[in-house]
Amino acid sequence: MVKYVLKRLLLMVPTLLGVVVLIFVLLRVVPGDVVEMRFVSGQNQFVDQKLLAAERAKLGLDKPMWQQFGDYLAGLVRLDLGRSMWTGAPITEEIKLRLALSLQLALMATLVATALAIPLGVLAALRQDTWVDYVVRVFSIAGLAMPSFWLGILIILGFLIVFRWLPPMVYTPFWVDPWQNLAQLTWPALAVGYRYSAVATRMTRSAMLEVLREDYIRTARAKGLWQKLILTRHALRNAMLPVLTVIALEFAFLLGGLVVTEQVFNLNGLGLLFVQAIAHRDYTLTQALVLIVAFTFIFVNFLVDLAFAWIDPRIRYR
Amino acid sequence: MAINAPVEATAEAEFQVGSREWAPLLVRFARERPLGAIGAGLILLMGLVAALAPALATHEPLATDYAAMLAPPSARHWLGTDAHGRDVFSRLVFGSRTALLVGFGASVLGATLGAVLGVTSAYFAGRVDLLIQRVMDVFLSLPLIILALAVVVILGTGALNVILAIMIPMIPRCALVVRSSALAIREMPYVDAARAAGYGHGRIILRHMLPNVMAPYLIMLTAYLGQAILLEASLSFLGLGVSEPTAAWGLMLRGAAVQFAEAAPWMAIFPGLAISLAVFAFNLFGDSLRDALDPRLKTQ
Repeated sequence: MVKYVLKRLLLMVPTLLGVVVLIFVLLRVVPGDVVEMRFVSGQNQFVDQKLLAAERAKLGLDKPMWQQFGDYLAGLVRLDLGRSMWTGAPITEEIKLRLALSLQLALMATLVATALAIPLGVLAALRQDTWVDYVVRVFSIAGLAMPSFWLGILIILGFLIVFRWLPPMVYTPFWVDPWQNLAQLTWPALAVGYRYSAVATRMTRSAMLEVLREDYIRTARAKGLWQKLILTRHALRNAMLPVLTVIALEFAFLLGGLVVTEQVFNLNGLGLLFVQAIAHRDYTLTQALVLIVAFTFIFVNFLVDLAFAWIDPRIRYR
Repeated sequence: MAINAPVEATAEAEFQVGSREWAPLLVRFARERPLGAIGAGLILLMGLVAALAPALATHEPLATDYAAMLAPPSARHWLGTDAHGRDVFSRLVFGSRTALLVGFGASVLGATLGAVLGVTSAYFAGRVDLLIQRVMDVFLSLPLIILALAVVVILGTGALNVILAIMIPMIPRCALVVRSSALAIREMPYVDAARAAGYGHGRIILRHMLPNVMAPYLIMLTAYLGQAILLEASLSFLGLGVSEPTAAWGLMLRGAAVQFAEAAPWMAIFPGLAISLAVFAFNLFGDSLRDALDPRLKTQ
């Protein structure tokens, strides 16, 4: 097992390195850099080239690309993400609060999604091809179809028209004022969670359908086992693996993938920060954000694999 | 597994892609999968709306009428007007063109490139396969929207760039699925035969292997169509997609629609409904198609 874990951990390195190279090169292919973005604006077309060069030298952008990459990589090895090229603040400072917000939102949305998906999926599988099944499927496909930012707009609109109340628009960390915090984050979590429940619902349904046809379920029925026990102990437990995988991977993507919902609810999360960073050509910040998002995904993937190997020892020897 | 074997064989024969008798197949599909048929019907309807947009629209989609800004739905403006006095209904009708163009453009391009890459990867195996897989892993570790955003910022806004931006994250996802099907096909006798006959790699990949991964290709293509439309709407909503004054649903939800949501809720409601209905139709159809093409999930 230890050998397997080490092997999997080692395999993460080339993928992460690939992400680092990809985003590093991609950013430098884009026309314009942070210095241009800051000093050359609409009214201010003619700026002293010397000033630009001096600013670039300050940020190390005058060095050859391979050297910049070397410096960046050296920083990464020391777990130093550097400073934002736009604000000059350390990136860990820039990201701290936003990561907390995005992480909390992702967790809450995952909770909503799981709470919706598993009961609905099981229900649909048990009543396959009846109206119950159809209603659940339409409900989940509809969730997949509605843009969560639109759902967000509707929620806000609904509150405004019915209750003349708006969710708070300024982020309060949970540890400062949990009530205020939840009053703000519950709604985006619902909008996003509903959407993300769709995939998990469908996974639960098809996994349950598959398991329910297995021989051991028939055996359990033939034994005259209580239906509820068959469901919970025999069927659900075996159907949960693919479902948990889907939920875990969705969670990993939620962390950075909520750009639009964050915009609607005026949340300063990682997604919005990413849009700002890339618009400012803030190379260091963009790189750091992409790295965090990719790392989360790869790491969650790793955890899922690990869980599988732990549950099913055959996987280790593949 | 053994019990399912005969079902698989007949199911594959029934829904084999490329079979000549399409009409009875379509009737069967509609009867056995009513949800899928509804989806297909909605897609056809949307296609018609897009094709006949100039005839259906009651106003010019770009015509501003400052006398009737934020006007509620009425006989003159069926779904009201926006902050510039533009007719919401007409903009929705023309917006379907943008949605379909970007949706189909991105998914057909992405799925095709992905399929070619997946088959190539499976065909050459060994080091080539490993290299392609590792590169795909890198792309797969980023959320769709993050990758699409990065590409749009690099290329700039506009319909063509949005298509490219949405296409790129699609490629590795399709390649992954197609590759696993192609691995089995690679061992088929007819591929051996083609190799023995001295055909080149390109010919074997394109003529012998690619046509036989049609099922996963079509599944991925239809599954991604809805996603592509949604992604286009999201990018346009952020102001990074199709640019004003082009009529696009995501764009219609941007800015004024949120700002004046209370006074003019029709601006926020109808474009969102259009997006949802379109994506819903594609998902419904794609889902049923997957069930039909993937016999393992076939209901008994």
